[in-house]
Amino acid sequence: MIRLDVRRLVDVAMRTFVALAALLAIVPLALILGFVVYRGAEGVDLALLTQLPRPVGQVGGGMANAIVGTVVLLGLATVFALPLGIAAAVYLAESPDRGLPGLVRFLADVLTGIPSIVIGIFAYAVVVVPTRRFSALAGGVALAVIMLPIVIRTSEEIIRLVPAALREAALALGVPQWKAVLRIVLPAARTGIVTGVLLAMGRVAGEMAPLLFTAFGNQYWSRGVDEPIAALPLQIFAYASSPFEDWHRQAWAGALVLIALVFALDVVARVVTRKRGE
Amino acid sequence: MLVLLLLALAVPAPVGAQTLINGAGATFPYPLYARWFDTYARVDSTVRFNYQPIGSGGGIRQLLAGTVDFGATDVPMTDEQLRRAPGIVHVPTVVGAVAATYNLPGISGLRLSPEVLAEIFLGRVARWNDARIASTNAGTDLPDRPIVVVHRSDGSGSTYLWADLLARASPEWARTVGRGPAVRWPVGLGAKGNEGVAAQVRNMPGALAYVELTYAVTSGLPVAAIRNRAGAFVMPTVDSMAAAAAAIAAGGVPPDFRMSLADPPGDLAYPVAGYTWLLLPPNPRDPRKGAALVRFVKWAIHDGQRDAPALHYAPLPAAVVRAVTDRLERPLLAGR
Amino acid sequence: MPIVSGDAWFRALTRAAGATFLGLMLLLGSVLTITALPAVARFGWRFPFTSTWDPVAEQFGGLPFIYGTAVSSLLALLLAVPLGIGAAIYLVELAPAGLRAPIGFLIELLAAIPSVVYGLWGIFVLAPWLSHQLEPALGTWLGFLPLFQGPPYGVGMLAAGIVLAIMIVPIITAVAQDVLHAVPDHQREAAIALGATRWETTRLAVLRYGRSGLIGAVLLGLGRALGETMAVTMVIGNRPEIAASLFAPGYTLASVVANEFTEATSDLHAAALVEIGLLLFVLTVLVNVAARLLVRSVGGVMREARE
Repeated sequence: MIRLDVRRLVDVAMRTFVALAALLAIVPLALILGFVVYRGAEGVDLALLTQLPRPVGQVGGGMANAIVGTVVLLGLATVFALPLGIAAAVYLAESPDRGLPGLVRFLADVLTGIPSIVIGIFAYAVVVVPTRRFSALAGGVALAVIMLPIVIRTSEEIIRLVPAALREAALALGVPQWKAVLRIVLPAARTGIVTGVLLAMGRVAGEMAPLLFTAFGNQYWSRGVDEPIAALPLQIFAYASSPFEDWHRQAWAGALVLIALVFALDVVARVVTRKRGE
Repeated sequence: MLVLLLLALAVPAPVGAQTLINGAGATFPYPLYARWFDTYARVDSTVRFNYQPIGSGGGIRQLLAGTVDFGATDVPMTDEQLRRAPGIVHVPTVVGAVAATYNLPGISGLRLSPEVLAEIFLGRVARWNDARIASTNAGTDLPDRPIVVVHRSDGSGSTYLWADLLARASPEWARTVGRGPAVRWPVGLGAKGNEGVAAQVRNMPGALAYVELTYAVTSGLPVAAIRNRAGAFVMPTVDSMAAAAAAIAAGGVPPDFRMSLADPPGDLAYPVAGYTWLLLPPNPRDPRKGAALVRFVKWAIHDGQRDAPALHYAPLPAAVVRAVTDRLERPLLAGR
Repeated sequence: MPIVSGDAWFRALTRAAGATFLGLMLLLGSVLTITALPAVARFGWRFPFTSTWDPVAEQFGGLPFIYGTAVSSLLALLLAVPLGIGAAIYLVELAPAGLRAPIGFLIELLAAIPSVVYGLWGIFVLAPWLSHQLEPALGTWLGFLPLFQGPPYGVGMLAAGIVLAIMIVPIITAVAQDVLHAVPDHQREAAIALGATRWETTRLAVLRYGRSGLIGAVLLGLGRALGETMAVTMVIGNRPEIAASLFAPGYTLASVVANEFTEATSDLHAAALVEIGLLLFVLTVLVNVAARLLVRSVGGVMREARE
């Protein structure tokens, strides 16, 4: 039996360590966010939010179409990825780790490691080439493929952790399994699933590489999902890679807007799910 | 609300609206093309041009795949590529240049020869105070510190021009490294994009790199004068670029317009300049777009040229403008 | 109406979802393989083991990139896993209630920062700090190790590892938090009733119960690290060479694809790049296999018992 004071020492040491860990996890955030705010704040004005891009040297010009474009692309990606992802997560959670479900789970983990540009190449081959055009649809497909495994794996792990007692109680009351899952297990796992979706969205909102050959980018408003569409990461990257201070300023401002966008999504989703949960 | 937004966007464009012409390619002329498309919208309000700077190779590939209406490239298509898509017309639009920049506190006005540059990029000359550098920089006190070579990690027209310069100056470079938009660099750090290279040079005393001229100018980094064929050390300026283009054009303009500006004759010519081209397909799927494109290009090589110097590009020499205009009078399908 | 048909539908539908996903993966694999075929045909088995990357001579080999990806991701994990899981533990088990939401939220925000921004921050802030402060210091104190030798460029393997670590911490933390939250209180209460300290409670009751979920969180983070493109490419120095030192520039599988794909000069070049993508696919498969074996050997019994 280890002496009590040694155990207490370990206890204090570990508690300090994890507190430090939390702090250290925040420090880079503060640094990077601070950096973006510092570089981007002055550039965020009405022009940025409402106007189309203008050539360098002209006053004004903004990223309105890129902002809307990102929202549209995220919307499309979520529409494609969410139903399939949650259904697959339920499938995995209700199955043992063998055979088809085992393979699906394994491949989902693998997919999270594929670089986004490779997925962009894939979406290019299966959407852009057959339709002979760049489009928002292609961009949505690429982003959905990136989102999918994150949604599947986080949702699955959370569903698994819903106490068996909850499910058993429902079954004992005569509720069919499918109802038990839909009405009881999924709502119990709701917060965790939302985390997964938000993480996935946050991840793809900032992705540029897969959009290069799919959404392509647009200097104007898109008139349909079958046309190229502007997106914040594309515009940010194009401006950041240019030699002009004015465009750099807009790039940083755009990055700030992007972070704020995902932040807003996060807040809204958390508020909505918290309310419903009660 | 999002659903409504998506539905609204799903409705296809009505007939008779503005024509959208999509193009992709080189990043280098992007600022100028952006200016041109914006100005041209007032000249012809029935078309809009959407150009995305995804890179020269990307532009060529998308044009070949038929996903864009025109391409743009700093690196002319190879014969092999043209065989796969015969009839693509290269239209030179402006002249750009690649500059050598460096970070040596307190030192400016460096003069470098292509030969010594090749030695540096081969790793044979490793310190700034090497005799071979000092020999062209009498009067400058070069420090005894290592040279940190910075090159592009992504493929680019600048690399193409730079490697070409080094290959002509050094048989060893030509043999072991060669030329192209991407090469296997014997030494040095790779940075992504001109901005990445400029940032790297700014942060690292002792760095030496090549960047597109605009980036050197706007980043405030010093630029070296490079020795040309006539033995003069020339700084990259709009005038020296124009001199190079004029000198080469004086020797004739090839019918396919895939001209190199390497090793130009004359005292005033800058030796690391190059054309950038728009690529027009001979057989566009939509003839209206094709015609609109040709009209735009004609405007660009005449009226558009006055926008060039402000953005550190040199306008086309008169001989080239004449030759291109003549070519565009004929239908694109005829001829190479 | 028989109750059975609802369940049969349910099972069929979810299985269809699983099968669709599988189909998607198969499609992905085939598209990549077909695109990479010219390179596979030319270089064969030697590709992952050769070090030459020469677009002009059209000689391509994947070894330096495999090394770069492996080392940068490993470094990122070494830094991010203790931080991420530690932060999650703090937030769920030990933090005062008022701090919990804001800190957790702040950490999630990190996941929202675009990779490009991480890259730019890396170039403008991290790399100079590394080359002027940290790397010289490490070189002085730990320079006897080959890991910390060589000129302090700032950009290089160390910069890449640090940037990756920062990028994957929020994923690990967020998922780990949810996992730990889901551990039922009676587990904790049982441990406390037996006289465990706060830390012991966490270790014995919570971590053990949530082990597979935590491994899942780490794997998600690792996945991100393996595939991260833009940010790494801006700070790793992009030199396809294998070097012992963390200060040296390197190159990852994802970076070379991002750098060269849009400008790929020839079809063989493009095919070689897609083959690099395939290599990453294979690498990710191997890593996941290894992780699963690890989990199985240590905690697999626990998982089956819960079902």
